[in-house]
Amino acid sequence: MKIKRRDFLKGAAGSLALLSLDVDSSQARTVQALPPDAVGILYDSTLCVGCNACMPACKQANNMQPDFTGDQEVWDNPQDLSSDTLNIIKKYSSGTGEKKDSEVDGYAFIKRQCLHCIDPSCVTACPVSALTKDESTGIVTYNKDACIGCRYCQVACPYNIPKFEWDSPYPEIVKCQLCSHLVEKGGISACCSVCPTGASLFGKVSDLIVETRRRLQMKSGRIYDFPVSSLDSGKFHQYKAAKYVHHVYGKEELGGTQVMYMSAVNYEKFGLPAFPKESFVSMASGIQYAIYKGMVYPLVVLAGLIFMVKKNKKEDEGTHIEKTTDAEGGQS
Amino acid sequence: MSKAKALGGRIFTPTFTICLIITGFFLYFAAKRFIFGIGSIANLNDGFPWGIWIAYDVVVGSAFACGGYVMALMVYVLNKGEFHPLVRPALLASMFGYTLAGVSVFLDIGRYLNAYNLYLPWQMNFHSVMFEVAMCIGTYIFVLWLEFSPAFVEKWKLKNFGTILNKIVFALIALGVLLPTMHQSSLGTMMLMAGFKLDPLWHTSSLPLLFLLTALFMGFAMVIFEGTISSRVYDLGDETSMFSRISRIMTWILGFYLVIRFQNIFMRGEMGHAFSGSFMGNMFLLENLLLVIGLVILSSAANRSNPRALFIAAVAILLGGSLFRFNTYIIGFDPGTGWKYFPSVGEQVITYGLIAMEIAAYTLFVKIFPVFEVHKPVESNQ
Repeated sequence: MKIKRRDFLKGAAGSLALLSLDVDSSQARTVQALPPDAVGILYDSTLCVGCNACMPACKQANNMQPDFTGDQEVWDNPQDLSSDTLNIIKKYSSGTGEKKDSEVDGYAFIKRQCLHCIDPSCVTACPVSALTKDESTGIVTYNKDACIGCRYCQVACPYNIPKFEWDSPYPEIVKCQLCSHLVEKGGISACCSVCPTGASLFGKVSDLIVETRRRLQMKSGRIYDFPVSSLDSGKFHQYKAAKYVHHVYGKEELGGTQVMYMSAVNYEKFGLPAFPKESFVSMASGIQYAIYKGMVYPLVVLAGLIFMVKKNKKEDEGTHIEKTTDAEGGQS
Repeated sequence: MSKAKALGGRIFTPTFTICLIITGFFLYFAAKRFIFGIGSIANLNDGFPWGIWIAYDVVVGSAFACGGYVMALMVYVLNKGEFHPLVRPALLASMFGYTLAGVSVFLDIGRYLNAYNLYLPWQMNFHSVMFEVAMCIGTYIFVLWLEFSPAFVEKWKLKNFGTILNKIVFALIALGVLLPTMHQSSLGTMMLMAGFKLDPLWHTSSLPLLFLLTALFMGFAMVIFEGTISSRVYDLGDETSMFSRISRIMTWILGFYLVIRFQNIFMRGEMGHAFSGSFMGNMFLLENLLLVIGLVILSSAANRSNPRALFIAAVAILLGGSLFRFNTYIIGFDPGTGWKYFPSVGEQVITYGLIAMEIAAYTLFVKIFPVFEVHKPVESNQ
């Protein structure tokens, strides 16, 4: 019996050692791949003129309330993404702020919204599958009927996208769902359909990646055709190509995203962090997976524990029962 | 079968009354939260979605409530029967600690009416650490009440229930050891997902192991802390010999933890950051300094048999372990873009209310139900 206990302890020590290992997550969990019909947005900062037309269009398409700033309650004027704002154009400015798309004495625009990660942290984090990634379009949608409001998605999202209705007695998580209700009917995201310059361009992610390659090969200063609204709309906007940063943000960051950015200004200037290729989510769930291996380990440990407790409890009570045998006998 | 006895005596002591008053304030803020939303009483925001309700009430509170876990592990798994008198008081404290952590979660989650979704197989997300923690804690609260229920059986002489309970009690105890092992380590895994938002001094793949070890030594420290106070307040007699044996075990766990903690920081090249004098570095040092103080005190055999030294060491260890958990969940967490968080009065009152309820319920139960064994053979024979 003693030997058995030692064996058990050895096993327990082994699983403790496992806890401390740096688990190679690529083995533990298959990293999500881009769905074949994934749709997304290519936002080209150099084409954006900051007209903000995408913002009210987004509110209208998604029945969102205006977000007032200061004393005025006349027009929508959000300062950042919030539980009332799914999409916002923000401006980078430096020095005199005169030259467009210049890091020095210039300015540039960036569109912030959910990037619809290929391996989304929020979807892995959500305990009740309220956030899910569509198998064909790859759109990350939210189901308020499942959500328990634990806000783990907010902790997990590396881009700080999901917002919470703090002032509601029965709050929801709010984030861009890429106008999935319009995409379902063959439409495109509202922000892209109103964008006059094609800065927000809707399309299949694989086609958008081809388009980014075309743009990266453009000679800066020469005039090119840029598709407007969506890749297959047939509408074009002629414009001088900018001097692009040779990096498409979202193509590889944390496993890649379906909304991608192109810009002539470094992405750090917009507050977009430089991320590794592997997502944090694969590290966390890799460890979780290695420890539990589909609940087999916990069940084995439970069986061992039951065995030992049963044995020890009897021994423990054995001494007791000797003294109280009479009383026990009387009861039964 | 247990030698424990209900203590009896006056229920409305000054402590009990003060706890009830604090609970009254708690009820006011809890009502406000349900009518006007979390934002009406809390400083939580989209950058810091988790505040003290999670970091203290659940993450630290459940470690404080690991006394029942470690004592069951000692007595029933490692067969150290001599600690038997400590099991039931520890279980009682754990039972309320976890139950009120559950209450806190219910106040914290926004869409509490949807909580049943955790139990719908088609909604379960087995990849989610939160799912595992929620299921484990939910089940463990139930297990703790059943583990403690022999006290109800003895009090109300529930013979039939007692017979059934006796048949399954070893399975309950085994679950009561397995579940905390799982969710206490998973509380560490949880914050891995925070990625770059969590300072590298706390973001490491060893977090599950570090959380499990803190749960163990904080559980033991809590047994000493609570035991010392109860034996004074309720005049239970001297339990120092048991505490000194427990504290010896603690030195091993604590030493192991500190070696892993510093080795991990060293291997990841974060030692410079730790000693850089930055706020984060200092919080890391403070957290470990408290644990080292506890370890140094307990490493002397003379101190281990001195009730005062034991108590001071237990407090230092509880503070150090709590700070580690606070650092991981709030202080070391920075979502970027200028978000700040400090708990509001309402948030703090909710937490104080939960602590007050715990103390009130504990003092009530030890008077009504058989929890403590009195070890004063000489006096009681007189």
